[in-house]
Formats: sequence, structure tokens, C-alpha cells
Amino acid sequence: MPEGSQPRVPDIVFYSSRSENTLRFVGGLGLPAARIPISPKDAMPAIARPYVLICPTYADGMGQGAVPKQVIRFLNAPTRRARIVGVIASGNRNFGATYALAGRIIATKCNVPLLYRFELAGTPTDIARTRAGLETLGRELCSTEI
Amino acid sequence: MKDMQDIRIPRAINWNRLQDDKDLEVWNRLTVNFWLPEKVPLSNDIPSWATLSAEEQQLTIRVFTGLTLLDTIQNTVGAPSLMPDAVTPHEEAVLTNIAFMEAVHARSYSSIFSTLCSTKEVDEAFRWSEENPHLQAKAKAILETYAPGNDPLKRKIASVFLESFLFYSGFYLPMYWSSRAKLTNTADLIRLIIRDEAVHGYYIGYKFQRGKERLPEGEQQALKDYAFSLLFELYGIECQYTEELYDGIGLSEEVKTFLHYNANKALQNLGFEALFPPEVSEVNPAILAALSPDSENHDFFSGSGSSYVIGKAVATEDEDWDF
Repeated sequence: MPEGSQPRVPDIVFYSSRSENTLRFVGGLGLPAARIPISPKDAMPAIARPYVLICPTYADGMGQGAVPKQVIRFLNAPTRRARIVGVIASGNRNFGATYALAGRIIATKCNVPLLYRFELAGTPTDIARTRAGLETLGRELCSTEI
Repeated sequence: MKDMQDIRIPRAINWNRLQDDKDLEVWNRLTVNFWLPEKVPLSNDIPSWATLSAEEQQLTIRVFTGLTLLDTIQNTVGAPSLMPDAVTPHEEAVLTNIAFMEAVHARSYSSIFSTLCSTKEVDEAFRWSEENPHLQAKAKAILETYAPGNDPLKRKIASVFLESFLFYSGFYLPMYWSSRAKLTNTADLIRLIIRDEAVHGYYIGYKFQRGKERLPEGEQQALKDYAFSLLFELYGIECQYTEELYDGIGLSEEVKTFLHYNANKALQNLGFEALFPPEVSEVNPAILAALSPDSENHDFFSGSGSSYVIGKAVATEDEDWDF
């Protein structure tokens, strides 16, 4: 952890399609965040610290395709995958059993906790809980010296 | 100029040249999600239907005729009215899918009726729906916006409110029954409708945002004002409709909370901030669980603070992710 300062929250990396719901949620957090590009032609964000991934869900009724392709590409790089400490997933409860499914898939694949789930662009309650949760997580990560 | 537009011949649609990737993404989603009411074993609900009181049965039939009316409007007027406004040929194709699925939804309620109810009860409920002032008022408010010559973006606002807000005074009831282990097959069917309407509201809201972002700031603000004032008008009607239906079984206030929650989501589909504060939008967890059953409900930030343990990540390849 940085010398002598109070525990920092983990970095945030997020994906948001052009509907920009996730972007609005991340904006509400008011924390520094790096966006995974929509276009495969654009460069992935550089990862220097532990980070939390915030990811929307695109599953069809059968649960296929839940994790956006660009997020898969991002996580397929071992150096980037090594720094993920948790995942926050969004979705819509109206999709029933596949609500925020991307979070469960990424948590299982990367062996990290599913930290939180929210719908669309989130509510003020979701944003407050996420901020508080990230601060707690920052403290815990310091104590485990990641 | 208008004459030239009238004889415009559509160009052959090329799905390999997309102007907007979202069109193909939503087309794929909608076509994979295609379903018909025959797939749901509604007749398994016959014993459960018999456990409802006469008043509860009448309420349920009325709620479903109200939903049938909204689906009929969206099938025959709403989705078709959006087609001339489409900015890509693929958007037009997606709208044809949306229109047809609304017909499937409207048809589904009749499947429920023919399975569970007598012809006389159903005929009475359809007559009720034609005469109910609140139901007619919401249909009228939406249809006025859909009228030819109206602003294409205002039509999209009305359409998102129908798809993402107006249905929910009705959808509440089958979710409520399902949370009490009643009419669970009917609830399965309604969840298929809810899933479709969520994609429709998302997509039409997305197209609204793309159209709005090309306008000057003043016009954007005017559209936002229009959206909020239409929502207030519809909300007023919905509250009266809700009270008329649900006062008898004492659920009106809980339904209104559900309305607030869904109104906020409708606004988010349009790219706007929520209107109703959290304290009046927190839906009964039993209803939320009925909406998304089998989706695990524990996470780290809401939990009781179990200690954070990081695991060892497994190797990952593209093919591993499609499950």
C-alpha cells in the first residue's frame, strides 16, 4: 500500500455499452475509474493496482453471452486477471434467473467475491452501499497486504 | 416532398453492414428469447385458481384484461408507429419483432383465461376494461402521443413508459400470487412477458438517447420536461387505477411502491435520473424474489461482513465464458 497514507479504495475498472447505464453508476460513485473500451480496436486500460470490476449483463433467456466480449478479452490477459479483487455486476431483475448473471460468472471464473449487484444505472442506495463497501474492502486489502 | 416519401421503396436490408451494433445485439436477444404461451403448462394452475376467493379471481381477470389492452395498443399502434422513425433498416426489423411479440403477449392472457376462467367471467372483465375510466385514460394518453405527425422522440418516451412503467400495476399481482405459491405457472408465463418488455424498454430508450443527443441543449431540456410531465400524468392515473383494483385486498400502497420502483427504471431506460426517492421505492423483497427467482441473493457489500479471502484465479479462455 502507498507509504503512510490511509487505506485507499481499490481502483475501478468498468465496461459500459452505449446505453451508458454502468457509466452513470460509476459517475455517481465519484471515484477514479478506467473504462474498458467498447471497440476491440481500442487499447485496454493499463492495470497497476488491485481493482474491482463493474460489469453489466447481456445474457439471453438461456443465460448465454452474459459477459460482454470486451470484458472477456480484458480478463483473458493473465496480468490483468491477476489484479482483480472482486466484481460488481449490474442487470435487470426483469430478466429473472439471469439477473446480473455476469457477476456470478466472473466471480466463479476469477475466484473472487461477487461484491454487489444493482439494476440499470443503480439507485442512490446502491451508490452509497457500493462506496461504503469499497472503503471497507480497501481496509481489508491493506490488512491482508495485497 | 411528401409524395416522394410516400413512394419510397425500401432498400434491401444488409445485416452484414450495421450502422448501430445495438440493433443486431437486440435482434439476437429477442429472437433467442422467442416463446409461445403453449410452452407453459398453465393447466397446472387450475387447483390453485380454485383456492382464490371470488373477489381475488375477479381482480386477477380484470388485471389481465388491463394488461391485454396495453399489449394490444403496443402491438397494433405503438411499435408500428415507431417504424417510420427508425434511423436504420435494422431498427425497423427489430420493431417488427417487438410488434409481433406484443401480439403474443396479448394472446397469452386469453390462454390463461381459457384455461382458468369461465367465458362469462372473461366477457364481463373485457366489458369492465372498456368502461374503466382510469384504464381508458392511460390508453388515451399514450395513443395521443403515438398519433401520426407527433415528435418521434416523444413517441419513444411514451413507448418506454408503456413498456417499463404502465404494465407494472398489473404485473404486480401475478408476482404477488407467485410469492404466496399461487398460480405459479401463470407467473412463469408473466415472467416471460416481463423479460420481453424489459428488452423493449431498454432498446426504445436507447434509441431515444441516440436521437436526443443530436439535438441542441434547449430541445434536449424540452424533451426531458415533456418526459417528466407525461410521467406525472400517467402516475396520477396509475394511482387511481391501482386504488380501484387493489384497495379491496389492501395492497394499494405496496403496489404504489412497485410503481415508483418501475417509474425510476423507465426513466433510467431513457437516460434520465430517478424521480422517486429510495424510501418510497423499496419493493417488498418477496416481490423482488418473485421477479428474479433462482438468482442468488447474497453479496459481499450487503452481507454481514464475512472476511475477505482472495482465491487463486483459474486460467481463462474465450470459450469458457459462454455459459
